[in-house]
Amino acid sequence: MNAENLLTAPLRAENLTLSYDKKIVARDLSVSIPHGELTVIIGPNACGKSTLLKTLSRLMQPEAGSVWLNGQQIRDYATKDVARQLGLLPQSSTAPGDITVFDLVARGRYPHQRLFSRWREEDQQAVEQAMHSTGVAQLADQPVDTLSGGQRQRVWIAMVLAQQTPLLLLDEPTTWLDITHQIDLLELLRQLNRVNGYTLVVVLHDLNHACRYATHLIAMRDGKVVAEGAPKDIVTPELIEEVYGLKCMIIDDPVSHTPLVVPLGK
Amino acid sequence: MSLMVSHQTLAKKPLRLARPLATALLLLFTCLALAIYALGSSTLKLSAMQVIDALRGEGPANLAVIVTQWRLPRVALALLLGAALGLSGAIFQSLLRNPLGSPDVIGFNTGAYSGVLVVIVLFNGSILGITFGALAGGLITAGLIYLLAWRNGVEAFRLIIVGIAVRALLFALNTWMIVSASLESAMTAGLWSAGSLNGISWAKSLPAVLVILLAVMLLAALARRMRLLEMGDDTACALGVAVERSRLLLFLAGVLLTAAATAVAGPISFIALVAPQIARRLCANQNVLLLTALTGALLLLAADVVAQRLFMPYQLPVGVLTVSLGGIYLIWLLIRESRKK
Repeated sequence: MNAENLLTAPLRAENLTLSYDKKIVARDLSVSIPHGELTVIIGPNACGKSTLLKTLSRLMQPEAGSVWLNGQQIRDYATKDVARQLGLLPQSSTAPGDITVFDLVARGRYPHQRLFSRWREEDQQAVEQAMHSTGVAQLADQPVDTLSGGQRQRVWIAMVLAQQTPLLLLDEPTTWLDITHQIDLLELLRQLNRVNGYTLVVVLHDLNHACRYATHLIAMRDGKVVAEGAPKDIVTPELIEEVYGLKCMIIDDPVSHTPLVVPLGK
Repeated sequence: MSLMVSHQTLAKKPLRLARPLATALLLLFTCLALAIYALGSSTLKLSAMQVIDALRGEGPANLAVIVTQWRLPRVALALLLGAALGLSGAIFQSLLRNPLGSPDVIGFNTGAYSGVLVVIVLFNGSILGITFGALAGGLITAGLIYLLAWRNGVEAFRLIIVGIAVRALLFALNTWMIVSASLESAMTAGLWSAGSLNGISWAKSLPAVLVILLAVMLLAALARRMRLLEMGDDTACALGVAVERSRLLLFLAGVLLTAAATAVAGPISFIALVAPQIARRLCANQNVLLLTALTGALLLLAADVVAQRLFMPYQLPVGVLTVSLGGIYLIWLLIRESRKK
């Protein structure tokens, strides 16, 4: 990450105290999301990464501290104004009844619609574009129920893209997918970042996926940021041991030439 | 990964509304046809043309009085109250994400009726007082159930169970109030303890009609948000819905609709439970509020027409008939579910 990106951080958290189920999970946590990067947040379970993502996207209120979105405190925006600047895919969403792909993606237009407004040409275009860039356009008339897990996740991402926000947050988007669809989805995220210019923040479980796809990595443990930066610069056996308590060696990924974490075992 | 998707032409959004629109027109037509039948057929039989003439203010004056003053209030209110109950059911089933989350199952209309009874039995109240009593009863019951079900937030299933329990308590309270009231009050109140449209008039129903119109306008403004809330609180919030406020307003609209209907006709069961389900099956589409309203209207009018004529010259309360319909529906639901397994 270069200094310019840091200065223009579209999303920033300052001195957060976070709690989950009345238990404090982080104190004095500050994070900046650099502009134009694919940021991945990693860390062991219960390190506070999902809580942080929820706080960054105003789904949860911090006990103390503040979140800044494009230079203004996020809590001072109307929630609909936030939804025009920041898109979020939560860990779980329910597709209601037998809704079709098109209708689900169309719901992403809500923040741009006024009370009783009609369906406009720009809504149609945004939905079509979102379906094309996620590769679900040919499924438009199918019920979401009938899709595979991988396709369904793409449809949800299309819904978030239809919001047309420059900033996307995704909470463990690969969790329920098999390995093929995981890679498929991560490639899609990379393309959205590189080609379409989105700033992305993704919480991931798989370390090697994170190393391979992140352009900016944030490693957390016990509610603290242990290290952040490009994976090549920060991922070392010492860091992995500090974050996960896991002994490992780091080799060069022969395909992507990013750090590959190989656990040593006992 | 293939991102090269052929640019096929996608159906534009308005086209997707063709089927719901056709279904809505069909339901509307059926409602009108049944209404004309209901207006024409009673002790004095009238032809459809005579009914239409009377409605348009033509034809003999005595027929006009029979149709517009005696019969029309009952038919029009059956349609309106049916629509209100259907919409109320749709709101709660959506909020609670459960087909049993209907205001008649979780006791909101029983609570509204308790309010009516308090006004009649204790205060010998006017129509305005009865409407107010029903609204207050419904809102207090809803608040009570909500608070009793609250444990770090409200879980739908717990709310339904608490609602069923509170409904049973209120049912006992209602019976006790009728039993301990003076004969005259008891007669008035007992008349619609099952829900009935007998003896309805324009004047008696005006306050409730106004409340229903208000609640429908509120619901129209909230309909889009209601659909988004069905996807989960996090997703709805991410899309820019103020979750708690929207939910509270929807709750309010739902209680107003069911309480206003109860103020006019007593606690009519099962229309709210069944109408949204039928509407959903008529049209595999999410945008079913209009269809739900029309289905509810048609159901209640049909039930009232049958209740009025089944045991001529005696009139059944329409609520007795809708309870039976609801029983059949529940049995069908049970059989279907058991076959699935």
